[in-house]
Amino acid sequence: MIRLENLTKVFDTPKGAVVAADHVTMEVPSGEICILLGPSGCGKTTTLKMINRIIKPSSGKVFINDEDTSGLNTQDLRRNIGYVIQQIGLFPNMTIEENIAVVPKLLGWDSKRYRERARELMDMIALDPDAFLKRYPNELSGGQQQRIGVARALAADPPVMLMDEPFGAIDPINRAVIQDEFLKMQQELNKTIMFVSHDIDEAIKMGDRVAVFRDGKLVQYSSPDDLLAAPKNAFVESFLGEDRALKRLNLVKVREVVSDEIGTVEPGDTLEAALARIDDYGYQNSILMVNERRQPVGLISRAVARTTRGYCRDHFQNVPASVNLDDDLRKVASLMFAQDMTWLPCVDDDGRVCGQITQRAMTHHLGARFRTQEAEAAATTGEQPRG
Amino acid sequence: MRIRNLRSAAYGLGLLAAFCLGIWIPLDEFLFYLPDVQYLTMQHMWLTAMSGGLALLVAIPLGTVLSRPSMTKYAETIMQGLNVGTTIPTLAVLALSMSFLGIGTVPAVFGLFVATLLPITRNTYAGLKGVSPALKEAAAGIGMSPMQRLLKVELPNALYVIFAGIRTALTINVGTVPLAFLIGAGGLGELIFTGIDLYDPVMMLSGAIPTAMLAVLVDALIAATAFLVVPRGVNPNRL
Repeated sequence: MIRLENLTKVFDTPKGAVVAADHVTMEVPSGEICILLGPSGCGKTTTLKMINRIIKPSSGKVFINDEDTSGLNTQDLRRNIGYVIQQIGLFPNMTIEENIAVVPKLLGWDSKRYRERARELMDMIALDPDAFLKRYPNELSGGQQQRIGVARALAADPPVMLMDEPFGAIDPINRAVIQDEFLKMQQELNKTIMFVSHDIDEAIKMGDRVAVFRDGKLVQYSSPDDLLAAPKNAFVESFLGEDRALKRLNLVKVREVVSDEIGTVEPGDTLEAALARIDDYGYQNSILMVNERRQPVGLISRAVARTTRGYCRDHFQNVPASVNLDDDLRKVASLMFAQDMTWLPCVDDDGRVCGQITQRAMTHHLGARFRTQEAEAAATTGEQPRG
Repeated sequence: MRIRNLRSAAYGLGLLAAFCLGIWIPLDEFLFYLPDVQYLTMQHMWLTAMSGGLALLVAIPLGTVLSRPSMTKYAETIMQGLNVGTTIPTLAVLALSMSFLGIGTVPAVFGLFVATLLPITRNTYAGLKGVSPALKEAAAGIGMSPMQRLLKVELPNALYVIFAGIRTALTINVGTVPLAFLIGAGGLGELIFTGIDLYDPVMMLSGAIPTAMLAVLVDALIAATAFLVVPRGVNPNRL
């Protein structure tokens, strides 16, 4: 857990005092990733660097696991905080193994233990220990280097990690891969992480919570979904962008929107029965045909059912797409737009049909949050505490 | 890099061959000076070792101290002062040190020391200042003490630049030692200057050739040391 209390930094510059962080108060619960988000010069990096005293706070306190860190020696404090920076900062004079072992060595581990730890970490970041441990940083690609940077920060298994735009210098394709890997690692590691970013999409993808900064002040601190659904003021709203509702598609899983009510027909049914069922369920265009294991095998269109006689198995079209319960709505929307469908069948992990998802249900789900937030906002105007 | 090394090696060998040819012709005349050459070479090397060693002992710590963040205010001024120091020709420095310290080994070593100091200080300072801020931040953020940062991160990464300074300084030092003869410190300059004065080319060359060979040898020795000492990851010659 990281708790900041009235953390403030004032820089004295020739042009007068500049307040880089203004009474920042926030708490990151254990095991969560908190993204500090905002435009350049908003104080997010200053706030992060005050936690490990790379920047000395002017006033205010930092608590880690309920312990006031102002009593700790700077070096001890830093050795117990993993630190990853955008420029990676691997030491070029050391091999990968030596780089990873830096903090364990500072903590006085014996060589057997830190060597084992280095191999373990290499496995975790999916790089072959035998191929990489003896190499030097300049022999690795940028993405590989940043993976090592993360491994180095994790080496002594610190409870808390600070990451300053860690994936900012990596190309978009590799960045997405590393973000996914990192999230997967975090599921097992459960570190408490503060993560600076200026990329709203990264914040939504990585963060359990997002803290938006402006001019040194914490403007809004909430979950990504709340942030997108209810930006606190015009600045946050413009920073999130006009397509913020679409960004929420990433955050919602099919599971939350799926309706388990779906009419289906089987290959042995007659087209007459299919037409009757289409009308029963009020479907406009077509009905899904499933096999005996309830896997989707085809669509019977209304037009065919009405004009033709025979069995469903002889007159179906292919199912253009189906979605899994754990897919996010962004994928669903993309498939619907690509296939010109207003609904898609949902299948579970065994490929069995378990419901359907409609465009209407999606817009309703997303819109519901906006409507309740607006109502709440109207009820509690002006009462929101400022961070 | 390799090709350039090869070419300069071939060039060096050619020069050496020319020298040997020169020696070959009046070999017995050269042999006449052999005891002198042996004695004076030792004296020459001793002067280099003392002045160069002292310069190393002073210049590296000095450059390191100047590169510390707490010294930022004064560092540039002090470096400028040292720069002015080097613009004074070595001969003038020797003359000045003679007027304060008299004649003999002490003023010679002092003069040579002053001349050697600057390139090493400057390169140490520039090398340490040139270490990327990201590395320093990473080292600090990881929890290294200022001394650990200096020894484990900054110095190893500046070492290549520092060695370049040492190489320049000591090579120049060996080439400057003959001037020390002029203030009574001996060295191979004794043969060179006396040879010039007496119009005795054999005597002159008996001093000049070993001086040149010593300079080449010192240069090669330091290059070899740098190759071995500078860590592989930051050594452009070992990538």
